[in-house]
Amino acid sequence: MITERVPVVEKIFGANDRLAADNHARLEAAGVFSLNFMASPGAGKTSLIEQTVRHLSGQLRLAVVDGDIATSLDADRAAAAGAVAVQINTGGDCHLDAAMLQSALDELDLSVIDLLIVENVGNLVCPANFSLGTHKSVLVASVPEGDDKPYKYPGAYRGVQALVINKIDLLPYVNFDMEYFQRGASALNPGLATIPVSCRTGDGLDAWLEWVVEQVSTNGRGHEIRRI
Amino acid sequence: MHELSVTESILEIALRHGRKAGAAAITDVFLVIGELSTIVDESVQFYWDMITEDTPAAGSRLHFQRIPGRLSCRTCGYSYSPREDLPCPACGSIDIDILAGEEFYLEAIEIAETRETEKQTT
Ligand SMILES: Nc1nc2c(ncn2[C@@H]2O[C@H](COP(=O)(O)OP(=O)(O)OP(=O)(O)O)[C@@H](O)[C@H]2O)c(=O)[nH]1
Ligand SMILES: [Mg+2]
Ligand SMILES: [Zn+2]
Repeated sequence: MITERVPVVEKIFGANDRLAADNHARLEAAGVFSLNFMASPGAGKTSLIEQTVRHLSGQLRLAVVDGDIATSLDADRAAAAGAVAVQINTGGDCHLDAAMLQSALDELDLSVIDLLIVENVGNLVCPANFSLGTHKSVLVASVPEGDDKPYKYPGAYRGVQALVINKIDLLPYVNFDMEYFQRGASALNPGLATIPVSCRTGDGLDAWLEWVVEQVSTNGRGHEIRRI
Repeated sequence: MHELSVTESILEIALRHGRKAGAAAITDVFLVIGELSTIVDESVQFYWDMITEDTPAAGSRLHFQRIPGRLSCRTCGYSYSPREDLPCPACGSIDIDILAGEEFYLEAIEIAETRETEKQTT
């Protein structure tokens, strides 16, 4: 038997990356600005989406794509808050990938959307490897998870453009060294926009909403946004 | 973990390049994986044996080349391997570059050529 070595040198995530580029082009062409929310389970992704939808739906037309392993609970919450919501069940997969977002986009009328928020599956490891084609990624950390997460999950902190630290109402009850946490985060991602909030008390939400509106107006169809 | 979808991507790439090269069978697959990537070799191997069953890659061996993580400090230029603490061990700076350890690609395959090709060449 003749054997032969065939050079390949191809990125293993290449196929996903190509689909992500397609999604990106499609969102760009439609003038939709998009955010990918990543976090551990229970950090408060859906709560932050609810708050964002409630406060911004007078100004922006919002849609939410919710990735969940099996249920539609999160999409129902986003819809109840007033967004157009699409559910993706990953059937056990620990992350969304570009193909899943592509089929969710098929269900939306992109021409009437200003801001699309994608809630990734709660997981700090896997989603970071699969680009979706969204414009920016937001990591939602939360106080009860502990201040060592940047050190343990560097991949999650490296590829994001904003960091929301949720549940700051719990700071008095939890050992959470904000300085240690932020030192780790900025080692991994210098200059990262960092916004501490509480979705429960509403603390810090103004700064978050301002960041979102700023992003949409500089990157999306900014001229059409009504400021109120 | 997503080792199953990763393994499917590896198989798709290997089969595509195998077909192009006129392979009757793929015998070996060489992967390059950075230490900082979160892939677990054993589970890739486990899924590989499962999903290659009725393909030209059945029975093939996976080879993993691990690239050690390498960081470099933008403040003092010191270069080091990542430990528990990420800041530069020499000067404490947090402004660091990742030089190596994030690789994740299929480098090469080894194939057995098709019978026709084999006849022509022997
Ligand atoms: N104390 C406190 N609790 C919060 C806050 N934000 C969210 N929670 C609670 O945290 C729990 C999880 O919130 P979700 O918004 O469902 O979290 P998630 O990240 O979407 O969770 P999964 O989608 O299951 O991964 C809920 O019980 C929320 O009420 C907060 O700011 N403070
Ligand atoms: Mg949720
Ligand atoms: Zn240094």
